[in-house]
Amino acid sequence: MGYQISRAAADAFFGRLQSQFCIYAPRVYERDGCFSDTDVIRYGEVHSLDEIEWNRRSDYSFKEILFPVRETLFYFTEEETSVPSGNEKKLLIFLRSCDLYALKRLDAIYLQNGPEDFYYRRRRDNARFVLMGCPESCGTGFCVSMGTSRAEDYDLYLKITQDSVLADCPNGELEAILLAQGNAEQLHVVPDSPASNPEKVTLPANLSVSSFSSPLWEEYGNRCIGCGRCNFVCPTCTCFTMQDIHYQDNGKVGERRRVWASCQVDGFTDIAGGGSFRKKQSERMRFKVMHKIYDFQKRFGYPMCVGCGRCDSVCPEYISYVNLINRLEKEEA
Amino acid sequence: MGLDINIKKAKKNAFRISKERGIGASRIRVPGGYLKAEILGMVQEIAEKYGNGIVHLTTRQGFEIEGIRLEDMDKINEMLQPIIELLDINQTEKGTGYPASGTRNITACIGNNVCPFANYNTAEFAKRVEKEVFPNDLHFKIAFTGCSNDCAKVRMHDFGIIGMTMPQYDPSRCVSCQACIKGCRSLSVDALRMENYSIVRDEEKCIGCGVCITKCPNRALTRSKKKYYKLTIMGRTGKKNPRLGEDFLIWTDEDTIVKIILNTYRFVKQYIDPNAPGGKEHIGYIIDRVGFEEYKKWALEGVELLPETKIRDCIYWSNGIRFDRP
Repeated sequence: MGYQISRAAADAFFGRLQSQFCIYAPRVYERDGCFSDTDVIRYGEVHSLDEIEWNRRSDYSFKEILFPVRETLFYFTEEETSVPSGNEKKLLIFLRSCDLYALKRLDAIYLQNGPEDFYYRRRRDNARFVLMGCPESCGTGFCVSMGTSRAEDYDLYLKITQDSVLADCPNGELEAILLAQGNAEQLHVVPDSPASNPEKVTLPANLSVSSFSSPLWEEYGNRCIGCGRCNFVCPTCTCFTMQDIHYQDNGKVGERRRVWASCQVDGFTDIAGGGSFRKKQSERMRFKVMHKIYDFQKRFGYPMCVGCGRCDSVCPEYISYVNLINRLEKEEA
Repeated sequence: MGLDINIKKAKKNAFRISKERGIGASRIRVPGGYLKAEILGMVQEIAEKYGNGIVHLTTRQGFEIEGIRLEDMDKINEMLQPIIELLDINQTEKGTGYPASGTRNITACIGNNVCPFANYNTAEFAKRVEKEVFPNDLHFKIAFTGCSNDCAKVRMHDFGIIGMTMPQYDPSRCVSCQACIKGCRSLSVDALRMENYSIVRDEEKCIGCGVCITKCPNRALTRSKKKYYKLTIMGRTGKKNPRLGEDFLIWTDEDTIVKIILNTYRFVKQYIDPNAPGGKEHIGYIIDRVGFEEYKKWALEGVELLPETKIRDCIYWSNGIRFDRP
């Protein structure tokens, strides 16, 4: 049900939510960007609606809340292991439509791709999602091409306007908290979504193993420096590696953790005995792109990429994934 | 009627006397090398009206309008006025041109307005010092550079200011990709290593260049909120004994640098050779004569260093190039 509430009521609503949830949203981290006196927008805990960055897309996605960069799986001593207890508070995560579609991809990998992932599952069950609208397209996103511009599976939609706050709240539990603030006027609320993006993508229709021989992989691979930024900002990249930490004062106790991994960074395909499957950046580029728009689709029926455009915005070598895919499509014609 | 011109006064008024009799050049200082493009049009106008249409881009980030007639100096000074105002140059009397030329233009690399490596806004800091020291006829050379690459060649100056940043490490964002380690090893001083998959920084080795931060793909390494600087002193070129400036303060701040520069002006007034030709003597020679300890006493007067600042107790400049004189 949709509502219009005053800004004061919305602030009170937020306060009530805060007592029950850890609230995560895109925030501006001033001067924490890559270069001097530049900001970065990434996820962090927020304590008011004003702390949220409503206008610009975050540089890094929400995925780190459900799938932390570093996560301790268990602690070990010589005799036993113990699993860290999960979050006590529930999670409330503010995100945009493309990212809500990315959530479906994370679910596919961690919950519907063989045995469920215990750690992801317990966070996921604990999480509710607040949609942030996109009245205008961001610069590099291509959600309209990918069919991800209008998310529907949200628990709550919030929009701050000049003199009030609009909400759509399909989740009954959150709706009850909202209505408890009083003075909610019923209204039909439709989340803002862009009608079109400056960037448009046509996925190649006939990718196959023979696409491996495209000269595009060499061309872009030669420009790639293998930094992995495209993977780390991607809301759908889910790869991790393992690290066993032996504590320095007593090497017999420690912890095992999993850590984000990048298919573009050295070491990703290293195996025992010193082998490595994809040594060249061109092979890594091919692997990433084919996974985003081909392999995943074969398994789950829809592409992995949601068209958020973060990879294009972050690449220090100005490699455009969008352009690469469109050129791949043209090659087929 | 003969040309009757006070050459000494003209020089201090930022005019050059050229080798051609009666002809000089008008020198336009641009602090920090930072200017609005409209000034270019004004320079062009003067060059075409009073000069020979040629402008030299000086080695210290200024313009030198060639081929002006020395009797036109007053008219040129009037035309310089909007430039002087746009550049926010301290002036004693409007319409009289640049009031001094002893302390040289304070130069700066492009800095963090543009450059990905720079650790601060070089032009802004250069202009701050400009406001503090000008007009001044003592021979000081000051330059600002954004990072340890020292594109501004500040080590050839009496005072060189090099931007630094203190890397801040958040292990919870670190993916152990080692981009920072490789960057530091190949581009800087190899101050990083990995222990238990986390980054350890050797604080003694680290020069605060910021390379690790620009290499980090996941914002595990970020810049310190506080901006830090390295202050190098008493580098010089010239006829007698060119040498590079040495580190004096490392991990210092803006206020300290400004104070030390102003203190040094007082030191020079006290100890400059009264017979120095044209009232010009490199500060380095004065320090060589009175001793570093005495200089340090003057330089640090009223200065409170940050707890993290490292200071060189005594500086022995490398000999540089010496030309022995009989």
